Amino acid sequence: MTSLLRDARARFGLAVLALALLVAVFAPLLAVDPVLQRDIVATRFLPPFSTDVHGTFHPLGTDRFGRDVWARLAFGARVSLGVGLLAVLLSVAIGTVVGAAAGFWRGGIGVVLLGLTDFVLALPRVVLLLLLASLWQPSAALVIAVLGVTGWMTIARLVHGEVRALSERPFVESAVALGVKGPRVLMRHILPNALTPVIVAAALGVGNAIMLEAGLSFLGLGVQPPTPSWGNLIASGRDTLVNAPWVATAPGVALVLVVVAATLLGDAVRDRLDPAQRRGEMA
Amino acid sequence: MVLGVITMMFFLIRLAPGDPALLLVGPTASQEQIAAQRRVLGLDRPLPQQYATWLGQFVQGDWGTSIATGRSVMAMISEAWPATVRLVGLSLVLSYLLGILVGATQASLGGRVDTTLSVVSVTLFALPGYWLGLMLVMVFTYWARVLPAFGAAGFDADYLTGWSRVADRLRHLALPLATLTLIGIGGTARYVRGAMLDVRGAPHVAIARAKGLSPVQVTVKHVLRNALIPVVTLLGLSLPALFSGAVFIEAIFAWPGVGRIMVEAVGARDYPVVMAATAVSAMLVVAGNLVAEALTAWVDPRIRTAANAGAG
Repeated sequence: MTSLLRDARARFGLAVLALALLVAVFAPLLAVDPVLQRDIVATRFLPPFSTDVHGTFHPLGTDRFGRDVWARLAFGARVSLGVGLLAVLLSVAIGTVVGAAAGFWRGGIGVVLLGLTDFVLALPRVVLLLLLASLWQPSAALVIAVLGVTGWMTIARLVHGEVRALSERPFVESAVALGVKGPRVLMRHILPNALTPVIVAAALGVGNAIMLEAGLSFLGLGVQPPTPSWGNLIASGRDTLVNAPWVATAPGVALVLVVVAATLLGDAVRDRLDPAQRRGEMA
Repeated sequence: MVLGVITMMFFLIRLAPGDPALLLVGPTASQEQIAAQRRVLGLDRPLPQQYATWLGQFVQGDWGTSIATGRSVMAMISEAWPATVRLVGLSLVLSYLLGILVGATQASLGGRVDTTLSVVSVTLFALPGYWLGLMLVMVFTYWARVLPAFGAAGFDADYLTGWSRVADRLRHLALPLATLTLIGIGGTARYVRGAMLDVRGAPHVAIARAKGLSPVQVTVKHVLRNALIPVVTLLGLSLPALFSGAVFIEAIFAWPGVGRIMVEAVGARDYPVVMAATAVSAMLVVAGNLVAEALTAWVDPRIRTAANAGAG
């Protein structure tokens, strides 16, 4: 951890993600009610850093209904980060099960599971997301489910490779020789050692999941207004780009910062874990 | 692959709640009307039979009629896919050329230039296309008033001839293409930089230097050329992501491609169109992968020789 903190990318990534999480958790303390509308005509389209007729300060301005953009951003962080994290957890769970099974039972099951993985991997993910989202009623739970079932493939391939490599190692062979049964070898001896790259992939995946959640909500297929999510905030700012550009700009900047942070943190963790990469860095 | 997609879609649609017959006849229909509609659609037959009939029709190009527009799905898709291929193809070429340039500059210059460009490429990589698109529209359409943000041609396009027609097309292409390309550059540059740093330490590069080749020759002929092999392989793998990006971009800029049709069809629950658009995207990705494989063989003589030896 200390060596990780020496990396500027990791420090930046951790700082931004921690800040975003804090804002999400303490949103009710940091901002006014995000659906509060008082006197639309007097309070709508106020630019950033302005105070309305009721004396309320709006650091990021207001939207066309006079709602505070900062409040919607802070409460939207709860939805966007929450959906992103849960979707990645679901992907990791599915990917680990599929990858471990394919790597451990290499016969028929393994071939079928690997074939399935490569098949889904070759599909355009957004097209698949749209297809799934069109079949059921849009909601936050649906977004988590569709992001989860379309994002597990890279994890499955990673786990598959690790499990295959680890099964050949002496400590696994000796466990088998001592009479430990198949599933138990997998759970107790192989999987715990295969999880490090999964953590890195998950860190990188969170940024992507948040971005896709926003994309689906932007198209109206994800989290439904008035519940704020960064995606539907950008979508709502789309119609007011001329009068109130801040409505679409603020959630976009927040989204980019969080995705950059997750990417940089993932890069830094990967470099720490992969000695070959580290050598390349020094050369 | 394509057969797999079609099969998957068939069963997904059957899994989803809601009866297509009900959707067609409307909420006020009587039980008899619904039953009649189910017979017309073949929904009363056993599932394997439904699947066989459907597959047969799909392969023959009978993709059904759009619920929302009443037009033949085949006609809608065949009008749309060239626009998508044009947009995605051009952006692929541009983002690879520029991405390789940026990545190679980073790897060979190092230092501050590398750090600055790294920050830029990570940011580009992390930009959501739909947001970048909106920001470009804000700047170039609303503020500077220089570029259009809607469609593939102006309303007066039919009356334009010669160069003014080409110029009109290019002006409409500029913003969607720039959005897709900018995002693509980030990913490619990151990858090229990593691959070049890996190759730079290889023995053959040291030998090239020892032979007295100039740094530029070493970089271009020995480092970049070898670093490009994984990058070209990546090209095939990045196609699904590029298509995904194009879906958002087409929706924002009203670009008349498969992605926009798909988004509109999803909004209208127009299943036949959604299915056909999904299948066509999968087909385009498969075709793109074949092109990428051919390119890899062209860049890497080892694969070419192996393939020839295998054939002979």
